Amino acid sequence: MSMMDHAKDLPAWAAIAVSAFLVIGSVLTLIGAIGFARLPTFYERIHAPTLGTSWGTGGIVMASMIFFTVLGTRLVVHEILVGIFVTVTTPVTLMLLARAALHRDRAEGNPQVPAEAPVEPPADEGLPAPGE
Amino acid sequence: MSHTILVWSVTFSQGCLALAMVLAALRMSRGPRAQDRVLALDTLYACSMLMMMVFGIRTGKDLYFEASLVIGMLGFVATVALAKFLMRGEVIE
Repeated sequence: MSMMDHAKDLPAWAAIAVSAFLVIGSVLTLIGAIGFARLPTFYERIHAPTLGTSWGTGGIVMASMIFFTVLGTRLVVHEILVGIFVTVTTPVTLMLLARAALHRDRAEGNPQVPAEAPVEPPADEGLPAPGE
Repeated sequence: MSHTILVWSVTFSQGCLALAMVLAALRMSRGPRAQDRVLALDTLYACSMLMMMVFGIRTGKDLYFEASLVIGMLGFVATVALAKFLMRGEVIE
């Protein structure tokens, strides 16, 4: 096979490790996308793509790290940057999105979502009594 | 032998990611509400970032890694801005 000639001198253990991580990562990403396409409500669907941003990204980042480190005979840790970045940003974006969706559903009076928690009346111990 | 395994697993991985992108695009076109479409855009960004990384392994060039880093950052900013838009109705307050 004439494809990927730059990887001809990759040792067998590295090639098999890279292949395993690639297959694990991409299959988990695909499972997450299938769940995203099939789950019935938005609040269930929002969980599914995180499979791709956690273990999918982890597997492919690990494969890329092993590949370039072994092939270039130098340590390539730039990929960790992508892993850390995705790990930090995904919860932030999905929490913002879920709160926005909840806000929209409550504003429409959708009975499917729980109502907002009642606000506790402020304690008035610090205030002077009206008669004084 | 191990080289053949590597080539086939890279191809398989690209196929899986392409299918994942198709499913996300399907949800984006069908998604009943705006938040589904925003989430589909976020999934598309994540899948294309991973696809760029697999392209980098396939071609052996460092260039694709930079592209995937940029795609990841753009995806974060885009999704945060769109979520804020859904929340408030405007992006810049």
